[in-house]
Amino acid sequence: MNSRWRDRVGRVAAPVAIGLLMLLGWEVLVRVEEIPPYVLPGPLLVARTLWTDGPSLLGSLWQTLRITLSALIAAIVLGGMLAILFAQSRLLERCLFPYAVILQVTPIVSIAPLIIIWVNDTFLALLVCAWIVAFFPIVANTTLGLNSADRNLVALFRLYGASPWQVLRLLRMPSALPFFLAGVRISGGLALIGAVVAEFVAGTGGDETGLASRILEAGYRLEIPRLFAALLLLSLTGIAIFAVLSWITHRLLAHWHESALPQDE
Amino acid sequence: MADVAAEPAPLLALHGVTKTFRNGTVALRPIDLAVMTGGFVSLLGPSGCGKSTLLRIIAGLVPPSTGTVERRGDGRTGEIGFVFQEPTLMPWANVWDNIHLPLRLAGVGRGAAAARIADVIAAVGLGGFERVYPRELSGGMRMRVSIARAIVTEPQLLLLDEPFAALDEITRFKLNEDLLRLWQLRRCTILFVTHSVFESVFLSNRIVIMTRRPGRVAGDLAVDLPYPRDEALRTSVDYSERCRDVSRRLAEASQ
Repeated sequence: MNSRWRDRVGRVAAPVAIGLLMLLGWEVLVRVEEIPPYVLPGPLLVARTLWTDGPSLLGSLWQTLRITLSALIAAIVLGGMLAILFAQSRLLERCLFPYAVILQVTPIVSIAPLIIIWVNDTFLALLVCAWIVAFFPIVANTTLGLNSADRNLVALFRLYGASPWQVLRLLRMPSALPFFLAGVRISGGLALIGAVVAEFVAGTGGDETGLASRILEAGYRLEIPRLFAALLLLSLTGIAIFAVLSWITHRLLAHWHESALPQDE
Repeated sequence: MADVAAEPAPLLALHGVTKTFRNGTVALRPIDLAVMTGGFVSLLGPSGCGKSTLLRIIAGLVPPSTGTVERRGDGRTGEIGFVFQEPTLMPWANVWDNIHLPLRLAGVGRGAAAARIADVIAAVGLGGFERVYPRELSGGMRMRVSIARAIVTEPQLLLLDEPFAALDEITRFKLNEDLLRLWQLRRCTILFVTHSVFESVFLSNRIVIMTRRPGRVAGDLAVDLPYPRDEALRTSVDYSERCRDVSRRLAEASQ
């Protein structure tokens, strides 16, 4: 009990201590070297800016978050459906998978301008960009998962005359769940990156600006503390998305999957 | 041997069954085998002699290259039960749901299946473990779940593919006895694949010896030890004599 508690404290305290030390070093460096804030603001100044600019930044965050989450949901739905389609037909997988790969390896920065030209609605254009980045890990992982059901269980289902739907619903889908969730966890982060990159390219003005445009804007105006504050907000969002998805994964797999088991003593 | 003409039609009859895999490996040379209702038949042979393949052919999981498999029955699903070498359970489902699977696939809902599931859970000694997940069970307990799942459809033919090979001896002995009890209680026909002479003699009333690959039937002998058989049999002279016999026949077949 005692050692477990100490273990937990160690796991949290060690990285926190490192982080605080680095922040302290940063602050000291900025003050001692008298680095101007438009080159490198100290962490205290960043924190203060986050506090004062918080409300307006949060509005922008909400824009980015809306695109991110919509793209993630679209990736989950369409990616999952595509994977199920692939699992039903090897031929279909062979025909379409290369194109999914092409879509994945083409840098989003290079296709984003096209998409923004083609899709009139800005929100939708950004959504499509983020979706393109986010959907591949879900397709690839889920396809792999659907195809890695225990061969003997597949045989057993056949022995009992299971319909293709029963095999999919009762065997392949549960087998694929851990793979699917691992894909979703990767896609969560990628959707945010996709949304930010698309915003950078689109450079949207007006009142519907996301965090990325705020970062660009702050850069142009040399409001570096605000740039840092927005960056911090973006990182925190990414961490939060990852944490939530990890928690959901753990909840769904806790009672059966190896990955969710407690470590051996 | 009884008079052939007086015997009823066998439950299962294989005629010239062979299997050649796509890569050209010949797994089985022509096999003829008839199994009567109510028998406990062991298929005994060295590893890789094609006895598992034969079992899968009988189950209809693998088509034979040539030959036919005839089985009496009314063609309902669940007439054959199959127990694999590994427990082959769904890790995301608890014991109860794992056993429910064959009935669920046949469209029997939870309520309608409950009595039969409770019955087999009691029969294999899993009472109180209904809500437990496979990973929390020992190897022997998992195998019990696997057996319960195979008998929940009340199969006329139960096929077991070296089900106890991976278990420790104490657990294996216990499960041997429990399987015999189940067989006598349920009066199904069992085809049991094993590479253990001792296990085959202890369990079965007929042993079919197979040669190493490509497999064929090298011997077919009756084990005339009376049932019920229990732990005491393992140390009896009768038992060791039979084991010596079978070992000799197996050695001859393997040459």
